Amino acid sequence: MSHLITSPVLIPLLAGIVLLMVRDQNISAKRAISIVSLLMQLACALLLLKTVGTGDILTYALGNWPAPYGIVLVADRLATWMLTITALLAIFAFTYATLNTDRAGRHFHVLFQLQLFGLNGAFLTGDLFNLFVFFEILLLASYGLMLHGGGRLRTKASLHFVVINLAGSTVFLFAVGALYGVVGTLNMADLAQKIANVPAENVVLVKAAGLLLFSVFALKAALLPLYLWLPAGYAQTSAPVAALFTIMTKVGAYSILRVYSLIYGSNAGASAHLIERWLLPLALASLIVGVIGVLGSKHLRVQIAYLVVASVGTLFVAFGINSTQSISAGLYYLPHTTFASAALFLLADAIANRRGAVADKLDAGPVIASPRLLGGIFLVLAMLVAGLPPFSGFLGKLMLLKSAVNHTAMPWVMGVVLVSGLLTMIAMARTGSLLFYKANAAYIEELSSHKVRVAPFAKTDARELVSIIGLLSLCLMMTIWAEPIIVFTQATAEQLFNPMQYINAVLSQS
Amino acid sequence: MEALIALLIGVLTMCGVYLSLRNRTFSVVLGLTFLSYAVNLFLFAMGRLTIGAPPILDNSATNYADPLPQALVLTAIVISFAMTAYVIVLALKSRADLGNDHVDGKEDD
Repeated sequence: MSHLITSPVLIPLLAGIVLLMVRDQNISAKRAISIVSLLMQLACALLLLKTVGTGDILTYALGNWPAPYGIVLVADRLATWMLTITALLAIFAFTYATLNTDRAGRHFHVLFQLQLFGLNGAFLTGDLFNLFVFFEILLLASYGLMLHGGGRLRTKASLHFVVINLAGSTVFLFAVGALYGVVGTLNMADLAQKIANVPAENVVLVKAAGLLLFSVFALKAALLPLYLWLPAGYAQTSAPVAALFTIMTKVGAYSILRVYSLIYGSNAGASAHLIERWLLPLALASLIVGVIGVLGSKHLRVQIAYLVVASVGTLFVAFGINSTQSISAGLYYLPHTTFASAALFLLADAIANRRGAVADKLDAGPVIASPRLLGGIFLVLAMLVAGLPPFSGFLGKLMLLKSAVNHTAMPWVMGVVLVSGLLTMIAMARTGSLLFYKANAAYIEELSSHKVRVAPFAKTDARELVSIIGLLSLCLMMTIWAEPIIVFTQATAEQLFNPMQYINAVLSQS
Repeated sequence: MEALIALLIGVLTMCGVYLSLRNRTFSVVLGLTFLSYAVNLFLFAMGRLTIGAPPILDNSATNYADPLPQALVLTAIVISFAMTAYVIVLALKSRADLGNDHVDGKEDD
């Protein structure tokens, strides 16, 4: 039994504890510890990726208590893929945070590491109650991170975020309790095995628990109609935190994929395919609502938050079609949209810092410093999120549409995905021209009379560029090395459709 | 006893849902607390209600109480306790930052 699988969970936890002991004034030590921890997490994730790339499923019984009695950590292709995405995203979000966000309040570094602890744990755990615990860890850290820096609007958005997530946690516990009461186990592999043999009078309870779980995961993933907390929350928090939070909606997506392919998969007897008729319509509706939000936003950061809602919609369209091709397309689209929206959040902050009082309002403002560089980055990112060729967004959507050809809802999928792509393009073109081509006459006058004040951030910092361009180039690399990535996501989807492999890996070790 | 516990959980949940839909932060905090009480009882009852049965190995015992829900409920209590403390502080902070205790930060017109 290799101990490597525990490292993505242990490294951030230990780093967080060590960081707690370093004094706040010693910012460079804190940054050094954080970055070492992040690089180690990335190394471990890549190592795991190499190990599970052969098709093996690694399991680890915590405390050596055999499954299904103890808690197991399970690293299959999907979990490791998510770990890698999280580690990459965290490095660049953290780089941006070292500009000035991490000094805006106390314990930023600790919370950041604990957030990663929760995220990595949620991806690796093979136990439903343990998934709840890791959800709570990542939520507790996210409450702190979201409030970090303070401010009126941030407090208001945080209050809504915390209250709705607490309500969500309660629902999660009801679902877990009901499942345990009926099936008598919480190990996901064991649940998957036993769920088909539930007596007929209890099937309705199992189904109710499954749908309760779906509502919780949909809340985390910001699926319609449970997305209302997202735009305000993501728009009001600090940029690096918003960038890191783009993976939080994907935790919901991951959980849905895991629970409904494993526990409520095709082997689940009477409770099989529980959410199939809900997922696709809700996903299409989310996509539509997200794009309407993108078109209607008056602030850049709100617009990007709605882009996240739309991307969640697209992701769930892929999961909702529920074939190997579509899930493979979804798993390719997932890191693309995570990195692209995170880069946009960071870029929006860089732009807002250069526009003085206008900040990120979508209105004619001052002429911003280094417009060619920022404008160029914006153009590429806009093409990425709108899904224009030749970038990764296009490839993801192309594979998605290809997988939908033989589906009964094909016209809906085609229509909604293509039209939403067009509308996103229009909205991004308008935003880009407002930000980079149009300037307020008063500001131009000010500029020509050399009275213009230098914004506090006007000088381009290397860390700013490294983080934004880093995330951008991850998307470009996904375009260049699309083939090996698609081979991997295809294998991941096939592994998900063959839950017996997961069940055997977890339960045979005892 | 089952009926009593079920009724209790139902009433607690009902109060919790009603209060958490109110527009003052204090009621919302109380509502969330009621909800967490309800779910803790629910988790506890999921191990089936037994009286006088040992939860751990006892050679003379013929019937056991399920120890797992007790462990689960302990975890859930700790977590909901921490969350309640956090949300109370956050409610106080929003009262200070926004100038009132309305959940949306502004009074109804």
